[in-house]
Amino acid sequence: MIEALSIWVAAGLTLAIMSFLYGDNPVYKFAEHLYVGYSAGYWLIYTWHFTIKLMVIQPIAEKQPGAVWLVIPLFFGALMLTRWFPRIAWISRWSIAFTVGIGAGLTLTGAVHGYIIPQVKATILPLWTGNGLTSFNNFVIVVGVITTLIYFFFSKPHTGVLGKTSKVGILFIMVAFGASFGYTVMARISLLIGRLDFLWSSILKLVQFF
Amino acid sequence: MNGENISFWEKLGKIDRRWIFLIIGLVVFIPIAFGLRMTVHVSPAVKSAYDTINSLPEGSVVMISIDYDAASMPELQPMLKAILRHCFDKNLKVVLINFWPLGLPIGNQGLEEVAKEYGKVYGVDYMNLGYRPGDIAVMLRMGTEIRSVFYGDIKGTPLDSLPMMKNIHNYDDIAVVVGLEAGSMGDAWVQYVNARFKQDLILGVTAVMAAGVYPYLQAGQIKGLIGGLKGAAEYEKLVNHPDFGHIGMASQSWAHVTIILFIILGNIGYFMERRRKRGL
Repeated sequence: MIEALSIWVAAGLTLAIMSFLYGDNPVYKFAEHLYVGYSAGYWLIYTWHFTIKLMVIQPIAEKQPGAVWLVIPLFFGALMLTRWFPRIAWISRWSIAFTVGIGAGLTLTGAVHGYIIPQVKATILPLWTGNGLTSFNNFVIVVGVITTLIYFFFSKPHTGVLGKTSKVGILFIMVAFGASFGYTVMARISLLIGRLDFLWSSILKLVQFF
Repeated sequence: MNGENISFWEKLGKIDRRWIFLIIGLVVFIPIAFGLRMTVHVSPAVKSAYDTINSLPEGSVVMISIDYDAASMPELQPMLKAILRHCFDKNLKVVLINFWPLGLPIGNQGLEEVAKEYGKVYGVDYMNLGYRPGDIAVMLRMGTEIRSVFYGDIKGTPLDSLPMMKNIHNYDDIAVVVGLEAGSMGDAWVQYVNARFKQDLILGVTAVMAAGVYPYLQAGQIKGLIGGLKGAAEYEKLVNHPDFGHIGMASQSWAHVTIILFIILGNIGYFMERRRKRGL
């Protein structure tokens, strides 16, 4: 019975959200508000359980090795609460500086070591490999990268050779956008398939139930 | 005759969009309701992902990262199940990890369902580390010792009390990480874990992200790429277990054909209207 009820609720809410396709209506609004409230509650519980309780309170209470160091992030985290008090809100900038510093450091190393260098290395390719198809692929990659970079070179007017090369770059960019858009359509249809399959299987389950 | 044509295109251009929603809905629904199927061809990117896992010796550890939630479930959950079937069929050990808190119950549901199919035992053949906040920091610390960030599993059971975890400490003990991604965590796996620890990676991503992830595959930063529901259907074919990916492929294909027809019709309508306005 509980399973049938949960199917009814889930299917009903799916239909309520989908009803927006016909037009805005109170049923849709109800489902939307329910979702917002539920999400907020869910995040609150998760933040408490996984961050505050599991990562801070529990290690300190159990005197786990190295737990004493948790006092530092706890202190900076507490400083963020000063934003509620305009007179001392500036103190929260220490925490923000701490976060930004760590974030910038991590992002910089990740971007250089894990993205730029490997991607540049993967672009330095021989234009003739002995195999026609591989050579053509390499040629497309090299030309695509160079012409696209030239398109984003704005220090000189795009005229003459620079203009023609940047137009080839636009062509590559358009192909990339097209591929990306095609995949996006595929993704959205997949989500619709997921929901319609759920609705159909729910109907079948309910028919079996009754 | 010309006037009638123009009037038709004009009407078509002003059609209520709800008719389009209805047509797409029907085109997607009919193949599901009637169980229509289509042939799935396996792409090199998915084959490469399959071969990477297939080449692992028995007992190797595969870490699967659940970096999605209910919104991307139709695309990524079939991938998870197909990969789990492959792993359990080959007697590989599976460690699940979550970087999206809302993905925690979804990933666990898929894991328990497939583990039951193969009669696998929790703690011996598979386990779930659960969720920890901190994304990149967690990934980096796992390179030294998993226990420094995961004190216990999803239920709080100490890791050392699980038999399969006794010899798993860091990425050196993990053969492949499979990231199932609906956001930026895939980039983090590549840029921090692959780059720093030389960890073999496979990414399974939503179709929206697939085009952006191909450069990683071309550069050899990932071993394989499974893109969207189509990728999931391909993996299902490789493991010889058709499931939701296959169910969706007929709907997907017919929806694409319909959308292409709409685009063609829309363009013809646009040019006909432009021609009429120019008085040709």
